[in-house]
Amino acid sequence: MSQLFSKKNREIFKAPLGIDNPVTVQVLGICSALAVTSKLEPAIVMGLSVTVIVAFANVIISLIRKTIPNRIRIIVQLVVVAALVTVVSEILKAYAFDVSKQLSVYIGLIITNCILMGRLEAFAMANGPWESFLDGVGNGLSYAKILVIVGFFRELFGAGELLGFKVIPESFYELGYMNNGLMVMPPMALILCACIIWYQRSKHKELQEN
Amino acid sequence: MDYLSLFVKSIFVENMIFAYFLGMCSYLAVSKNVKTAVGLGIAVTFVLVVTLPINYLLENYVLKANALVEGVDLSFLSFILFIAVIAGIVQLVEMVVEKFSPSLYASLGIFLPLIAVNCAIMGGSLFMQQKEFVNVGEATTYAFGSGIGWLLAIVGLAAIREKMAYSDVPAPLRGLGITFIVVGLMAMAFMCFSGLNI
Repeated sequence: MSQLFSKKNREIFKAPLGIDNPVTVQVLGICSALAVTSKLEPAIVMGLSVTVIVAFANVIISLIRKTIPNRIRIIVQLVVVAALVTVVSEILKAYAFDVSKQLSVYIGLIITNCILMGRLEAFAMANGPWESFLDGVGNGLSYAKILVIVGFFRELFGAGELLGFKVIPESFYELGYMNNGLMVMPPMALILCACIIWYQRSKHKELQEN
Repeated sequence: MDYLSLFVKSIFVENMIFAYFLGMCSYLAVSKNVKTAVGLGIAVTFVLVVTLPINYLLENYVLKANALVEGVDLSFLSFILFIAVIAGIVQLVEMVVEKFSPSLYASLGIFLPLIAVNCAIMGGSLFMQQKEFVNVGEATTYAFGSGIGWLLAIVGLAAIREKMAYSDVPAPLRGLGITFIVVGLMAMAFMCFSGLNI
């Protein structure tokens, strides 16, 4: 047991959550990160779906990595991911139909999410199943973290709600407070993301580009 | 639906980048100079125009309920089939271009394999599934329009980034951060087109 959670493995799990965030540092998986975050609920569901898919795709590819011919490895990876995405999409349709309607095409687009291909290529092709699983969960959760932050601010300021509940009291509106309709439009997702990058890079000077 | 209206709409109103964030990863990574941006944009347009009609035919004559065999609904297979078609076509296009036009291959070569995992291509096919076009012509028009819209967006951003090399950006925003803000502002500008009707 202690070997399963050795220092190296904990490092694999923790690195993406901290400084090596896949969205803001490695610039992977931006498309879905921006598109599904106009409300908090779909953002959470999307984050969890991606975490599950990355973790299991990593395990499967890691198990068969020695038998995949090098030339067709991209297609093999795509098929494994597509199969997992199909399973997740069917489950969502069965148990969370409203959310799956809101996510529309973006569930299908997890297949082409760069985080998946990036982790499969860079990590699962070269490491054992357990390390790959930890790496997948770590990267998935750090992706979910960005989604939740962006979704939180967009729903709070755009609609005055969180998870569908009113959080900004009526009296504020009577004093003249207004919801910022622009927050739920696409452009603000980009600008909020830029703010997160700004914050992260001013805290970690080594990430700054020149 | 009128072809021209569909074409203009898919370029400006439903722009792949500014309205749906599709293909964002390569959009941000390859927009550092105009020349490569044009190359990638053309490659994306080309692959979209080739794959979307094929996926349209697959969707309507194989996957839809009662299309292939009475009483069988294969639509759950659509993700796997679409991505297989896209990966296969990209591989094929790469080989054909290499054989018949080495000069084009030299300029597009590096981008072609990247396109298989470009969200814009897969997204185009998935939107096609949602929009329920009447015939192949409409699907192809939509593909061409979306591709041109993507090309327009990436060339625009590349041109701005080339100029931005000379401006004094705050250190933490340099590179990725300011690019995000520029794309956000471009997306705001494109919002003016919403409601456009021809």
